[in-house]
Amino acid sequence: MSEHHQHERAAVSFRTMELVVALVIFVFGAIVIYDSVRVGAQWAEDGPQGGYFPFYIGLLTCLSAVIIFAKAAFDAARGRKAFVTTQQLSMVLQLFVPTVVFVGLIQFVGLYAASTLFIVFFMIWLGKYSWVKAVPVAIAVNLALFLLFEVWFKVPLPKGPIEAAFGLH
Amino acid sequence: MEEISSLLHGFSVALTPFNLLLMFVGVVLGVLIGVLPGLGGANGVAILLPLTFTMPPTSAIIMLSCIYWGALFGGAITSILFNIPGEPWSVATTFDGYPLAQKGRAGHALTAAFTSSFIGALVAVIVITFLSPVVANFALKFGPPEYFAVYFLTFAAFVGMSKGQAWKTISSMMIGFALAAVGLDSVTGQLRLTFGFIELLQGFDFLIAVIGLFGIGEILLTLEEGLAFKGANARINVKAVIETWRELPRYWLTSLRSSAVGCFMGIVPGGATPASFMAYGVAKRFSKDGDRFGTGQVEGVVAPETAAHAAGTSALLPMLTLGVPGSPTAAVLLGGLLIWGLQPGPMLFVEQKDFVWGLIASMYLGNIAGLIVVLTTVPLFAAILRIPFSIIAPIILVICAIGAYTVHTSMFDVWLMLVFGVIGYIFKKLDYPLAPLVLALVLGDRAESSFRQALLGSQGDLSIFFSNGLVGTIMSFGIIMLVWPLVSAALSRLRKAA
Repeated sequence: MSEHHQHERAAVSFRTMELVVALVIFVFGAIVIYDSVRVGAQWAEDGPQGGYFPFYIGLLTCLSAVIIFAKAAFDAARGRKAFVTTQQLSMVLQLFVPTVVFVGLIQFVGLYAASTLFIVFFMIWLGKYSWVKAVPVAIAVNLALFLLFEVWFKVPLPKGPIEAAFGLH
Repeated sequence: MEEISSLLHGFSVALTPFNLLLMFVGVVLGVLIGVLPGLGGANGVAILLPLTFTMPPTSAIIMLSCIYWGALFGGAITSILFNIPGEPWSVATTFDGYPLAQKGRAGHALTAAFTSSFIGALVAVIVITFLSPVVANFALKFGPPEYFAVYFLTFAAFVGMSKGQAWKTISSMMIGFALAAVGLDSVTGQLRLTFGFIELLQGFDFLIAVIGLFGIGEILLTLEEGLAFKGANARINVKAVIETWRELPRYWLTSLRSSAVGCFMGIVPGGATPASFMAYGVAKRFSKDGDRFGTGQVEGVVAPETAAHAAGTSALLPMLTLGVPGSPTAAVLLGGLLIWGLQPGPMLFVEQKDFVWGLIASMYLGNIAGLIVVLTTVPLFAAILRIPFSIIAPIILVICAIGAYTVHTSMFDVWLMLVFGVIGYIFKKLDYPLAPLVLALVLGDRAESSFRQALLGSQGDLSIFFSNGLVGTIMSFGIIMLVWPLVSAALSRLRKAA
């Protein structure tokens, strides 16, 4: 396994990722502590203040982050391995970036139009399908979603100008 | 035998044509969720939860729990045919299931897996039937300190069971607790950790976290592997079923042991995944064919499947009786109860008899429905798996987005789901366990409020948690679980030195 992975370049090593994530968790814990102190993490007349419980949660978060950081810093064997190779990362981004665009589109054109575009784009770009196959699949999926959510279970999904033109709300 | 009459009453609640239909729909959806990458028990149920908002609670829980059974069954299909575990608890099933399929005995392996799943579930449901009224009755005496002790034990068990990554378990759990604290503090009315964002007033909904962490995260991970499904042929014929059923009674002891391991691990929140590995290990050690495990032994399929299904099912026992879910999926079901206006916990057995016993009765029926569905429809689901990933992936992502949106009809939640997706992807790769995060997010508020109430009662004196035998015992167990990783590390070091 490792042999044919060796000539693939690591985008990030395990050690870097471990250290960065531990750092982020530490900052997160520090924010929790900071806010708990602001709210009040003491014992008031009438019982524990709002920040009492979260304060200790934050403290434990920071403590665990420090220990994970220290452990990762000294674990050289695992640390050198690739967390994600450049090839893997590009695969992941090819999926993730269009997904972000898809979610952004929902706000403007509604869910059905956005998901039709998304599925068509995905099938043609990554799947190398022709329009003739991609468009019917996308439309069929959306029709099924429409029937399932709007008609049978009466759960409204976000809609945009296209649905409005048809008088659907 | 009060339980029997309650159970019979439950059957009368569950056995309506509408509920039976929902059972089959649930199981089919569940198997589908189980075989598709990126959709699993927990996030599958989370996505479909909004569909049940308008149903009567009993029908809703029947459908959702059947989705869960279906997912438990479905995980085995991908493990055996494609050597890709559809669910983490079916990883151990690949060890012997896939070699069996390669030898052309896929039908036998699948039949063995499904039947063992069924038996594991059946044992667990029987345990639930007779044990849960006892536990619920017992828990009626619980006050805030006892409840906090139970939560403490639950989370300590996660730490105790984590292998070598105890601090990552703690880290992930604390993140869950912190996220649970976000929003309006119900006791003091103060805003915590919102930093002026109105979207955060309501706090983080764990359903969104589940869909993101398990759904989006899983898809990103699957994509990395570069998906080329190459599967064994799937056909279950009557001959294979009968041959396997004739063979299975030979492994009754393995089934029994695996069921016991599974029930125990499900009730103590260890979960189905460790249960399946443990049962496989135990079976390997005690079986006379132990050294041939891994080459395609039916017994090696029986053990993990029985345990996984027993654990997955019995995880509902603490959820119903104490309001403490034993697994992420049980946590999602608990979230469902809250949405339908039911308060999980011992009072449920007093006030909502129809609901509780209807659900328990449906567990018997749902698993029978499940067995029938999976035995007859395997070729169909195997065909779905052959649909290329470039078609399946966008559809699953669309479904995840819809699921996240419909929880509160909010677009903010969809963005949040993407963020949780990235966190899930990174955490999974770095071995941060996700289940403690989800459970802490679900139970955070209640753990905190029982902690506060207990301390209010004692005027801030922490000794309240050891003030009587009951709470003291639970807390002590929790502390033992908590220090267990240290103890076992020290022990192994001693052994090495000697």
